[in-house]
Amino acid sequence: MFALDIKGLTKTYKSGTKALHGIDLQVKQGDFFALLGPNGAGKSTTIGIISSLVNKTSGEVNIFEYSLASQMESAKACIGLVPQEFNFNQFETLLQIMLNQAGYYGVPRSVAKPRAEKYLKQLDLWEKRNSAARTLSGGMKRRLMIARALMHEPRMLILDEPTAGVDIEIRRSMWTFLKAINEQGVTIILTTHYLEEAEMLCRNIAIIDKGVIVKNTSMKSLLATLNVETFVFDLSENVSSLNLSGFDYRLIDDHTLEVDVHKEANLNTVFEQLTEQRIHVLSMRNKSNRLEELFVRLVESGRNPVTGEIANG
Amino acid sequence: MANRNFVALRTIWIKECTRFLRIWVQTLLPPAITMSLYFVIFGNLIGSRIGQMGGFSYMEFIVPGLIMMAVITNSYSNVCSSFYSAKFQHNIEEMLVAPVPNWVIIAGFVGGGVARALLIGIIVTSVSLFFVDIKIHNLAFIIITLILTAVLFATAGLINAIFANSFDDISIIPTFILTPLTYLGGVFYSLSMLPELWQWVSKANPIVYMVNGFRYGFLGVSDVNQYVSLGLLIGFNVILLSVAYSLINRGVGIRS
Ligand SMILES: Nc1ncnc2c1ncn2[C@@H]1O[C@H](COP(=O)(O)OP(=O)(O)O)[C@@H](O)[C@H]1O
Ligand SMILES: [Mg+2]
Repeated sequence: MFALDIKGLTKTYKSGTKALHGIDLQVKQGDFFALLGPNGAGKSTTIGIISSLVNKTSGEVNIFEYSLASQMESAKACIGLVPQEFNFNQFETLLQIMLNQAGYYGVPRSVAKPRAEKYLKQLDLWEKRNSAARTLSGGMKRRLMIARALMHEPRMLILDEPTAGVDIEIRRSMWTFLKAINEQGVTIILTTHYLEEAEMLCRNIAIIDKGVIVKNTSMKSLLATLNVETFVFDLSENVSSLNLSGFDYRLIDDHTLEVDVHKEANLNTVFEQLTEQRIHVLSMRNKSNRLEELFVRLVESGRNPVTGEIANG
Repeated sequence: MANRNFVALRTIWIKECTRFLRIWVQTLLPPAITMSLYFVIFGNLIGSRIGQMGGFSYMEFIVPGLIMMAVITNSYSNVCSSFYSAKFQHNIEEMLVAPVPNWVIIAGFVGGGVARALLIGIIVTSVSLFFVDIKIHNLAFIIITLILTAVLFATAGLINAIFANSFDDISIIPTFILTPLTYLGGVFYSLSMLPELWQWVSKANPIVYMVNGFRYGFLGVSDVNQYVSLGLLIGFNVILLSVAYSLINRGVGIRS
């Protein structure tokens, strides 16, 4: 049994937009799963259908042992949703929002109160509990939506671009929090177009583009398919020429060196060769986001070169 | 399951009541003031010149209608603005995502509108006691008519909000349909004062039946048969509740 099992899901909006062209997706229980894709790919539509905010056109969705179509309420009870757009009543206080949410899921007050305190504290919102939601900063609102989604302690947490517009520090603390939740056994699905985020957090990944899943694999094997990485070295001396055997390299200017390193190659040998030539490295970084490159490549390779259409699968 | 639904229903209902109590200056005070003015101007000042109507003093005659008028406008506008603002701010999604059956959502919102209507009914009745001794002919009839009317117009307000796409859309129907029908619904006059043609036309106005049914409960007199009133009220309730249920089930205005 999967935490999420989607078969042949399609969606055509009333406007005529075909947002999903029959996607299949399986997420294992306990997984930390990324649904990655550019804007307009169909991520929010997929999540909208799973969380019953969007009516599907055709296809099947199962959530744990329940069919979303025929056992809707049991299926819904398994899901905690953190939507892409803020959707709480701006005039209610944080505590009211949390307690109402518990009520919608049938959690009695006596259980809901300590739970609201627990999650508001964990997400660093407890001081604000009696403020109206509209007074929160963007990052706080995002965290409030995460806290709210946990009020009924769902078996699966779905987050639609949870870190959009959140500064890096808060983003990192959210990542730590989500990892901890996942370690407690909660299945997590998140959509993102921050590629670093998927790489940091997720074990498995599906890549979606124009309503089609173009890749569905483990994060590890996805990364393994990328066998060349480009490193940028900042050098301490002016260097006019150097020699690295076994590597493709370019001297960008007299302080900057770029080296293409194969997956199996040993980075130490680059340093050894530089040291022999009395060239010192001040710092080193990745040139590009590998996932970014990979994404472009996947999407391009799946696209029919003549029509620009994406092939299925 | 039943318990979960009960907790959800209570949550929505309390949330709705909290909302109109929090903004009482907008929700409770205006009808109290308006109705007091009606009592003073129509009942006291003008009424004393009008003399008897249907065998009662003008003041006695209009009190039930005025209570009904307040109940109608307040149950309608409570659900209409609350549901529309939940749509507008998207917090309706909190309920749509949760395992709340659609009938619980409807019952919660309508229940909130009914609560406000009844509270206002009590306020207006209390105010009227300063001007007139209220007679009670049939208390059960009063209560049943009151509740059925409140449910009916709360549901109508919900349907309005389901279709509304702007704040204009939630004021068009109250302004152009509800208010005229209420004023022409026999609150201020007995239908028997009208020419025969207009008596017939008036009988196509559902509010006539509610006002008269309610007045029957107080005074024992009515322009229309009180059981016809009751039957129509039940019938309209069944129709509108079914419409609302079907709209929410299909996700009209709330699911894309
Ligand atoms: N409510 C809607 N009505 C019509 N078209 C929509 C609606 N929501 C999304 N779309 C369209 O569906 C496609 C997928 O959108 P979406 O699922 O929001 O993508 P993503 O979340 O990956 O950015 C886009 O072309 C978008 O314009
Ligand atoms: Mg989106």
